[in-house]
Amino acid sequence: MKEGILMQFVIVAGTPSSGKTSVMVHTIRHLQTSGQQVAVCKIDCLQTNDDVTYRRLGIPVAVGLSDYVCPDHFYVANLEEIEQWAGVQKADVLVLETAGLCHRCAPAVYDCLSICVIDNLIGINTPRKVGPMLSSADVVVITKGDIVSQAEREVFRYQVESVNPQARIMEMNGLTGQGAVSLKNTILNYPQFEGITGKRLKNPMPAAICSYCAGETVIGKSFQMGVVKKVEFESVDQC
Amino acid sequence: MLKKITILGGLNKIGLPEKIQKLEIQAGEILAVVGPTGSGKTQLIADIGQVAEAETLTGRRVRIDDGEVNSNEDKQKLRYLMAQVSQNMNFVIDMTISEFLMMHAQVRAVPNPEMVLKEVLAITNHLSGEPVTFETNLTQLSGGQSRALMVADVALLSNAPVVLIDEIENAGIDRLKALDILTGQGKIVLVVSHDPTLMLMADKRVVMKNGGMDGICYTTEKERHILSELVKTEKRVNRLREQLRKGKSLRSDYHEIDHHEEEELKLWQEYLYTCH
Repeated sequence: MKEGILMQFVIVAGTPSSGKTSVMVHTIRHLQTSGQQVAVCKIDCLQTNDDVTYRRLGIPVAVGLSDYVCPDHFYVANLEEIEQWAGVQKADVLVLETAGLCHRCAPAVYDCLSICVIDNLIGINTPRKVGPMLSSADVVVITKGDIVSQAEREVFRYQVESVNPQARIMEMNGLTGQGAVSLKNTILNYPQFEGITGKRLKNPMPAAICSYCAGETVIGKSFQMGVVKKVEFESVDQC
Repeated sequence: MLKKITILGGLNKIGLPEKIQKLEIQAGEILAVVGPTGSGKTQLIADIGQVAEAETLTGRRVRIDDGEVNSNEDKQKLRYLMAQVSQNMNFVIDMTISEFLMMHAQVRAVPNPEMVLKEVLAITNHLSGEPVTFETNLTQLSGGQSRALMVADVALLSNAPVVLIDEIENAGIDRLKALDILTGQGKIVLVVSHDPTLMLMADKRVVMKNGGMDGICYTTEKERHILSELVKTEKRVNRLREQLRKGKSLRSDYHEIDHHEEEELKLWQEYLYTCH
């Protein structure tokens, strides 16, 4: 039998610029203090600098750029390999950070701890638009609470709760690291697991199998193949 | 009903135990947090705000009514225990005052919101300069108007038993009135401040140094006397400020009292008397 890789598998997603990397850097520092070996993999589309930030912690970092492939599909297709890589690094905790993307897909996998980072500045009604990335997270970290009013913080948190009533909600400050130890404890208390193979995504990814997925650039019906969905326009009276 | 908050000391910036190893704040008490910039005032407020359990940089532990706050579940229960107003906070959403306040009132399940909203608006306008209306958009508010609305909202809609105030003296509002409105019966109020008047309005003050709680001073009789002098001076300064703001020229006699202002002051005191 293959030797088992036992680790905490942490998936971090969130809206763009919400502070995913800052939140995780502070949390990883505390994990290191607790004697944990951490490995980080960052999935992005075209370019990322986050690996530099993570490397400063002196931990193994891998970067996956999806390039011409949908980053979420790319992410799922690489989970086994990422797990194996983390095993080679002898990681106790694997942090897999995905890019803040179109919000249609959600990276959450059953038995992995999925964290969604979202910030108070994106607007009070935005939690409803974020979709499964927020609603299927185990932990929701809300950042940038120090620069908005108490009232907005309360309303924003309420909106998050109404989208995902099961999640543990944590307020954190990505600049100072306030709240990072609570997140560390949550990670360490989450059951370790062995083997991503056979686990399931909490939400299926949408079909994206059209000619444009394959590199088509010309506009027009005759260039469209595969699953093509059209806008349904309401009929408008001519005047 | 909240009775007290206890802060058990941790470490200062150089890793030594802070001098004050236990700080208790009773219901109804105002505590000033004083010390030079960078001495750890805001961190103390942050520790209390998140009911620290030795997990922050300072390693402090905070007890609510002597109870430990162990789990995240406990923390969830405490979510409406505290409300914060700070000079760094802004309104960021694009909405009118009434739309937003209504939303907040719903979240807090405030009974009779229409009435409370009127009161919030009245207090807002009492604390700041040019009056705002329910139809004013939040993003149009000036710094002072925003802070005034935050104070009014924290006092009446959040209505938390613990209020944390961080340097509102720079916020462009009448800070003494703001403190009046935020300190209600039985509330615990922490005021971070560099302003002697605000410091002396507290029952006691904790002195911060090098990231740690370094001492506790109780406001003495002598200091209370000095405070009343300061308040008088301040009223004079305020009067002068108002005159200048309204485009008037100052006459030699600064004791000249504007009757309209006197009337307003009386109404304000009556209001405070009835609402506490």
